[in-house]
Amino acid sequence: MERIQVLVCAGTGCTIGKSGELIKAFEDEIHSLGLEKEVKVLRTGCLGLCGGGPNVAIYPDNIIYRGVHKEDIKEIVMEHFYKGRPVKRLMLNEADMDKKEIHDINDTNFYKKQKRIALNNCGVIDPLNIEEYIAADGYFALAKVLNEMTPQEVVDEIKKSGLRGRGGGGFKTGLKWQFALDEPGKEKYVICNADEGDPGAFMDRSVLEGNPHSVLEAMAIAGYAIGANYGYIYIRAEYPIAVERLKIAIEQAHELNLLGDNIFGTGFSFDIELRLGAGAFVCGEETALIASIEGERGMPRPKPPFPAHKGVWGKPTIINNVETFANVAQIILNGASWFRSIGTESSPGTKVFALGGKIKNTGLVEVPMGTTLREVIYEIGGGCPNNKAFKAVQTGGPSGGCLTEEQLDTPIGFDELVKLGSMMGSGGMIVLDEDNCMVDVARFYMDFIVDESCGKCSPCRIGTKRMLEILEDICEGRGTMEKLDELETLANTIKDTALCGLGQSAPNPVLSTLKLFRDEYIAHIVDKKCPAGVCKDLLRYEINPDKCRKCGLCKRQCPVNAIDGVLGKEVFHIDQDKCIKCGSCMKACHFSVIERK
Amino acid sequence: MKSIEDLKRIREEAKAKMSMRIESDYKYRVVVGMATCGIAAGARPVLNTLVEEVAKHKLPVSILQTGCIGMCTLEPMVEVYDKDNNKTTYCLVDSNKAKEIVVKHLIEGQVIEEYTVGQYKK
Repeated sequence: MERIQVLVCAGTGCTIGKSGELIKAFEDEIHSLGLEKEVKVLRTGCLGLCGGGPNVAIYPDNIIYRGVHKEDIKEIVMEHFYKGRPVKRLMLNEADMDKKEIHDINDTNFYKKQKRIALNNCGVIDPLNIEEYIAADGYFALAKVLNEMTPQEVVDEIKKSGLRGRGGGGFKTGLKWQFALDEPGKEKYVICNADEGDPGAFMDRSVLEGNPHSVLEAMAIAGYAIGANYGYIYIRAEYPIAVERLKIAIEQAHELNLLGDNIFGTGFSFDIELRLGAGAFVCGEETALIASIEGERGMPRPKPPFPAHKGVWGKPTIINNVETFANVAQIILNGASWFRSIGTESSPGTKVFALGGKIKNTGLVEVPMGTTLREVIYEIGGGCPNNKAFKAVQTGGPSGGCLTEEQLDTPIGFDELVKLGSMMGSGGMIVLDEDNCMVDVARFYMDFIVDESCGKCSPCRIGTKRMLEILEDICEGRGTMEKLDELETLANTIKDTALCGLGQSAPNPVLSTLKLFRDEYIAHIVDKKCPAGVCKDLLRYEINPDKCRKCGLCKRQCPVNAIDGVLGKEVFHIDQDKCIKCGSCMKACHFSVIERK
Repeated sequence: MKSIEDLKRIREEAKAKMSMRIESDYKYRVVVGMATCGIAAGARPVLNTLVEEVAKHKLPVSILQTGCIGMCTLEPMVEVYDKDNNKTTYCLVDSNKAKEIVVKHLIEGQVIEEYTVGQYKK
C-alpha cells in the first residue's frame, strides 16, 4: 500500500506543456530514492488550471503544484515525498499558503466557490482505468435504473431534476427524452454531441478526457429510458486525446459487459459507436450532425420534424451534449431533489465554463447556477492580469454577446443571460480588457461565422459575408454612418430569416456590441480612431519632436526602416507610409516620447 | 459482470487502492515527522507501518508527513489529530508502537498515555 499518490494532469492543455514527460521523470526519481513502494504515479483528467499547467495533484495532502517542469521533479520528490516538506514555490495560490499548515486545494480561492458535478471525477481518477470510475460509484446509476426503475420512471426523474441542455439552447432534457419515449417503434438512437466548436470552449473535451465513462454510462441510461439500443458519439477528429480515451473506455466497458448484450443480466443491450467529425462548426447543430452521421454533407434541415420524432436514419433520436450527459448518473444516484437544491429555480445544477482571454486563472471552472459573473471572473478567475481595467465578458461564443461591468452582478442562468442580450451557450467565457477593441471582437466572430457557414440558406451565406465586409471597412477606416445602419438592418434580417439556430444567432456578437459599445463604432467611423489601439489602419505612431532625446533606439528597433534621424544631432521621425504599426519603437523608447494616436 | 454484486466487489477492491483521493470524511489525521532528524531516528519504517496497518483495517484515517517538529531527540514523533483538531503527540515511536497506536488509538479511540510526549522523562 503506497502512502502518496501523484496525479499528473493528462488533459490537452497540460499534455502540450509536456506533462507526458513528467510521469517518467517522477518514476525515475522515485526509483533512485527507493520509494517505489511508497509513492505511486498516475495520470488524470483536467484539474481546471489549464493556464498554469502542467499541473500535478498530490494526495493525501491535497496539494496542487502548478507549472511543473522536468527540472522541478527532483526537488518535489526529495523535499516533499522523502522529507515531507511541500515545495511552496510551486503551490497553487501562494497568497493562501501561510494561513494554514495544510494547504488543501479546496480552501484556495480558485476551488472554494466551485462545485464539481460534471467534472466530479476529473483530476481525481485515472480516466484510463474503469475500476477507478467504478470505485467512485461509477455504473451504479446504470445498475439502479436497469434493476429498479421503469423507463418512464427514469424520464420522470430527469424531468423532476429540471436538467436543461448544456450545449447552449437550454432545452429541458427530460422533455426531450419523453418525446422520444412516446414515439412508437423499436429502432431508436441516442447521440452524444461532442462537436464542441465555439472558439475558446473546451468543457466537453475535458469531460471526455477526464471522465469518459460518465458519458458512456449516461448514454446507456438514456438508451434504456427511451428504448434505444444503439448510440453514437459525434466527436471532432481534432480532439485526438479525447477520442483515444473514449475508445479505451468503450473497450473496457465491453470487457466488463457494462456495454454490449444483456447488461447485468437484465436483457437490456446497448452499444456505442464513435463517429469522427471533420470539425465543422455547423455540425454542432443537431440536424446537421445527424446528416453528417448518415454520411451526408453536414447541413441543417428545417425543423419540425424534430430529431425526437425523426432523427438519424429517420428514427426517433435524442441528442444531448456531453456536459448534459455528465450530469445524468449523478441525478439518478443522488435524486432529482438533490440536483434541484443546487443552482436556481429555473436553472438547477451547475455549469462548466472555459475561462479565457484577459484573465489570470485561465482554465476550467464549474460553479452552481446563480453564481454571479463577478464571482467567477474576480474571485475564481482572479481578474484581469497586469492591472488592466475590465471591459466586457463575452459568453456564448459566436452565438452570444458581451456583458459589461454593470451587468456583472447578474446571477448566471439560461434565462438571465438571454435577457441581457447574451446567452449561456456551451460555456465559453472570454474576458476582454481595455486593450480589446469591441469592433475588432465583432469582426473576429463574424469572420468565424463566414468561414463556418454551411451555405445552405442565403441569409447566412451572403448576409454574414456582407456584414463582415462592413465590419472590415469600419476597422480599416472606410466606414460610414449609413453603412452602420445597414449593418444593423442586415443583422436583424439574418436573425429572423436564417434556417438554423447557428445562422439565427450569428449576428448576436454584432448586435450586442452595437448596443453596448456604439460609441466605439462611432469613434472608428467619424473620428477614424480606434480607442483601444487595436485596428492598425486607424493608428499612427508619432515621435514628439520637442521631447526626443535623439538616442536612436527606436530607429534600431524598427523592422522596416521607417524611422529617420541622426544620432545625437537630429530628432527622429516616423515615415507614416512605411510604418507597419508594429509598436516596436514605442516599446523601445526609454523616455516615452513616442505616442500612439 | 453478471450482477450488481459483481460491480460492488470491483468498487470495494478499487476503492481500497484510491481511498486517499475519494475519501474526505476522515476520523483522524496522523502526521509523521520526516525531517532529517526523524528519518535518522527511523521514522520511515514507522510511516510505512502506519500506512500498511491503516490500509489493512480500512480505517478512515489520513496519513501525512511533515518536517521537523522541533524535539529532535524524541523522534520519531507521530501526531494524531482528531476531527476537532485536538492533537496527541507520541514520541520515540517504533514499528511495534505504531501498530499499537493504530489498534488502541485509531480503532478503539484510546490515547496511549505512556507513549505521549507529556509522559516522557529523562
